[in-house]
Amino acid sequence: MDVRGLTQSFPGPDRNTIEVLAGVDLAVRAGEFAALIGPSGSGKSSLFNVIAGLDRPTGGEVLIDGRAAIGHNDLVSYMPQKDLLFPWRTVVANAALGLEVQGVDRKQARARVAGLFEEFGLGGFERAYPAQLSGGMRQRAALLRTVAMDRPVLLLDEPFGALDSLTRTQMQLWLAGMCERFNWTVLLVTHDIREAVFLADTVHVLSARPATVTARIEVPFGRPRTAATFRLGEFAELEQAVLEALGGQGGQGAEGGQGEGEGEGGNR
Amino acid sequence: MWSRQWRFLWPPTLLVAVLLLAWQGVAALSVRNPQVLPTPGAVLSAGWGQRTVLWQNTMTTLRETLLGFALSLVVSWLLATAMDFSGPIRRAVYPLLVVSQTLPIIVIAPVFVIWFGFGLMPKLLLVALATFFPLAASLSAGFAAADGDAMRLLRSMGASRWQAFVKVRVPGALPYFFTGLRVAITYAVGGAVFAEYAGSINGLGIYIQQMQDGFRTDLVFASVAVIALLSVALFASTFVLERMVTPWRRHDSAQNSTRNSDRSSTRDSERKGQHEWRR
Repeated sequence: MDVRGLTQSFPGPDRNTIEVLAGVDLAVRAGEFAALIGPSGSGKSSLFNVIAGLDRPTGGEVLIDGRAAIGHNDLVSYMPQKDLLFPWRTVVANAALGLEVQGVDRKQARARVAGLFEEFGLGGFERAYPAQLSGGMRQRAALLRTVAMDRPVLLLDEPFGALDSLTRTQMQLWLAGMCERFNWTVLLVTHDIREAVFLADTVHVLSARPATVTARIEVPFGRPRTAATFRLGEFAELEQAVLEALGGQGGQGAEGGQGEGEGEGGNR
Repeated sequence: MWSRQWRFLWPPTLLVAVLLLAWQGVAALSVRNPQVLPTPGAVLSAGWGQRTVLWQNTMTTLRETLLGFALSLVVSWLLATAMDFSGPIRRAVYPLLVVSQTLPIIVIAPVFVIWFGFGLMPKLLLVALATFFPLAASLSAGFAAADGDAMRLLRSMGASRWQAFVKVRVPGALPYFFTGLRVAITYAVGGAVFAEYAGSINGLGIYIQQMQDGFRTDLVFASVAVIALLSVALFASTFVLERMVTPWRRHDSAQNSTRNSDRSSTRDSERKGQHEWRR
């Protein structure tokens, strides 16, 4: 995935335009796990909406597998901050929603996602309603729904922001394992430096609004990533490096893990 | 099981019993004129004596109520859907909806009789008119309450507007719809009775009028009791219907006990709030 010189602005109050993205460049190789981190309100959501094909930018381009992706909503699958599992659908029906919407026959769609339930630690919960699942399981079901659409790029928007810290750590370990098995191409937005460093191959630091990518930090750890990864000496150094890359712009709210959800950039 | 139902049933039962006793007391000891205020016992025995006639009239009224309500349901779903898809339609129609609710039925009923005669038609229209607004308004609000993020998710999946409507907006609106349904159904029987009152051949409305003219206050009261029972029965049936249509809501209560409550829904916390304040 290649994002080049993306700019975006929205009409603000008093006939001003608010410039949200000021030329964002971002390259993610196939099979790479990229994390995007930035201060609150730095326009991460605006960037996501463009990449997901929901909004048109004022300038720049997005290429996915060499194809122009702007305005196309069939190249990435998007997992929002809230799990957005629909309470009236069973877990398997929720997971199959993306396929159903794309015109896959309902039975076939459900059979296809049901095959993934064991892998996602949801075996036996196919017929349960989301209200019967724990927070971590809901998040796994939401990821299953995202993955089931079988698109080249996964966009994960602070997927663990609403979880308690113990569950979040478990989910990070689990996600690392899943990524190693399936070799997804992932772009993860997070407020959590620790999460970014632990999960990602590259960490991209976004400036305050109007946003540009100010730093690209390679994470040299191999795979698999396990609980032991957290204890590596370089882990703390990398966290420090990301923090400094963020710190130069006085962005508040960038320190690990608050996961504040509201008020991103040009989000209406 | 039974003890739980009893907990819900005893307060209204007790209250009704107290009111009946008070009525009995006032009627028997103070008023002492059955044409002005018959005792509950007299109402019951008079009603029982006329049970065949009452039953026939009740069936007429019930049929008008249900048909009129069905008409109201169809129109309100169609209109709320159109309003959800089109801003101009919404802005054009909504004020008229409000106006429809403010038209006094007492005035409209005779006009409808003049226009449509003594048959079924004016009854259907009046029931629809009386119940239409809460249905359409609650549905419309339910559609509009769909989570914006959920709509974006559907859009990112490539869903059409109609798919998003059917798969997210409609099921999400059902709790609102049932709230509106319960308000509307209580107007429905009254609407039918009013229409009959204004002019008809059969039905509780015209029966009440005839009994009033004959100073049979006991039978007027008996008819009113039947109307009340009918309304309560229809009201209760909405809960049965809701349980059938929204099976997932039964599991909401499981949320409190079986889950680590890291994201309990608003409805959950509301219910907890209720719990704390009950008694």
